[in-house]
Amino acid sequence: MERAVKKYWPVFVLPTMLACLIGFVIPFAMGFSLSFCSFTTLSDAVFTGIDNYIRAFSDTSDSFVHALWYTALFAFLSTALINVLAILVALALVRPFRGVNAFRTVFFMPNLIGGIVLGWLWQVILNGILARWGLTLVSSEWYGFWGLIVVTLWQQMGYMMIIYISGLQSIPHEQLEAAAIDGATALQTFWHVKLPMLMPSVTICLFLTLTNGFKLFDQNLALTAGMPSNRSQLLALNIYSTFYGRTGWAGAGQAKAVVFCAIVVVIAMLQLKWTRNREVQQ
Amino acid sequence: MKRMQSALWTALFTVLSALYLWPLGVVALNSFKKKAFISRAPFALPTARTWAGFVNYTTGLELTNFAQSAAYSLIITVLSVGLILLCTSMCAWYISRVQTRATHGVYLLCVFSMVVPFQMVMFTLSKVANLLQLNTPFTLPVIYLGFGAGLAVFMFTGYMRSVPVAIEESAMIDGCGPLRIFFGVVAPILQPVMVSTGILETMWIWNDYLLPYLILDLKRYRTIPIAVQYLRGGYGSVDMGAMMAMLVLAIVPIVVLYLFCQKYIVSGIVAGAVKG
Repeated sequence: MERAVKKYWPVFVLPTMLACLIGFVIPFAMGFSLSFCSFTTLSDAVFTGIDNYIRAFSDTSDSFVHALWYTALFAFLSTALINVLAILVALALVRPFRGVNAFRTVFFMPNLIGGIVLGWLWQVILNGILARWGLTLVSSEWYGFWGLIVVTLWQQMGYMMIIYISGLQSIPHEQLEAAAIDGATALQTFWHVKLPMLMPSVTICLFLTLTNGFKLFDQNLALTAGMPSNRSQLLALNIYSTFYGRTGWAGAGQAKAVVFCAIVVVIAMLQLKWTRNREVQQ
Repeated sequence: MKRMQSALWTALFTVLSALYLWPLGVVALNSFKKKAFISRAPFALPTARTWAGFVNYTTGLELTNFAQSAAYSLIITVLSVGLILLCTSMCAWYISRVQTRATHGVYLLCVFSMVVPFQMVMFTLSKVANLLQLNTPFTLPVIYLGFGAGLAVFMFTGYMRSVPVAIEESAMIDGCGPLRIFFGVVAPILQPVMVSTGILETMWIWNDYLLPYLILDLKRYRTIPIAVQYLRGGYGSVDMGAMMAMLVLAIVPIVVLYLFCQKYIVSGIVAGAVKG
């Protein structure tokens, strides 16, 4: 059969590959090579070596280095909080009690709302709360930081909860019964039976939340737009405003994007490898 | 004892759910208040003095041309998801049935493209798209297919592994060509994963802001997220009344749709996660 199908590649594979070429491969390759050039449009690029990278890291008026650790802090903290809360809620909502399904529905719902809408929604709420102390979200970079944590927590907790619930439901009943017969406490059962069996779900959830954290853009734009003076910019927004907010900085913007991309790819790979090792074979 | 415990859980989660939904309620109430009172006292209930009726909605609709944006959002989402499902399922079937170095390369490319952040290709992609005149809602789906193929191909190939080749082989012996095998035999088997993938892609494309913002000809075409963001004028001046009303209009259809297709959405998420 393989031979008969093989010659049909123009029908089956070509459309996707052409689109991939336009939408991903060419822009990626061009973006990578442009990061070593000085340019304003695609046609006037001049090779300048690693000049752009030096500019990206050394210019102090530009907050790239700040954005780097600010984003890393945000990504790791939001990942931890989202997953701990999601597991706790999932543990509660796998129990049979009246209204469980309705509660799951409620917690999942914010996921369907887009980042821009979410950002504006929370801007009103958080500014309303902070106003009691005469503050706003842009009073300092840390109000924006915690604001973003609240927004992503509210948005993504339910998504991860759904994944954890399905993970918990797939744990064989005999194992939980065996643990109960051996007299394990609820906490022991969780640490030594449920959590190890849940590791595949943990892998994927950590992967999703961590990469989401690093890539976050829309919520950042709508909530604080980087204010005060670019101090609450996450990496994605920092790169965006370098490209479109500063003339003559497109090259540095592209260099930043390459650094950003490398960081995300490396983290994704490390993280998948690390958690895969801890999974229990089923 | 057990019933008591169950009732306590229900009570606890009723309170938590109410807290969880509270922000949505605040926005909904504020959309009926005069704009001067929204930032001043966002948590106060509307009173006779602050009640604005539907004024915020009418100004908002006018300012953002919301109906048109909703139509473009719908067109872009439907066309893109349709195109992605058709093309990537065909591609995924091919690369999982014909195993060569080239098809393995295609698979790896797809996995890689899933991780790469949009900012990496943002600038060059918008230039390429402009050059090729792909800046309308009717051509944007090509870009979405190109940039979003990764996840879809990944999900389809994952599912294909569990589909036995024997059915397709017997169809071939019966005289079916590859196209008939795909559309007559494979496509129906793929239905569950089509739904999951379709939902994941829909959630992404419907809510996407930056890609259409950079590529579409903004004088003529705006999607809902773009329209909402445009309410913010130059330096921070925002008509908060109109903003609240538009947030409500952006959220309500999604929530309604969610309540109807909840089962599919939840199983789509789970399927997407397992494949990871």
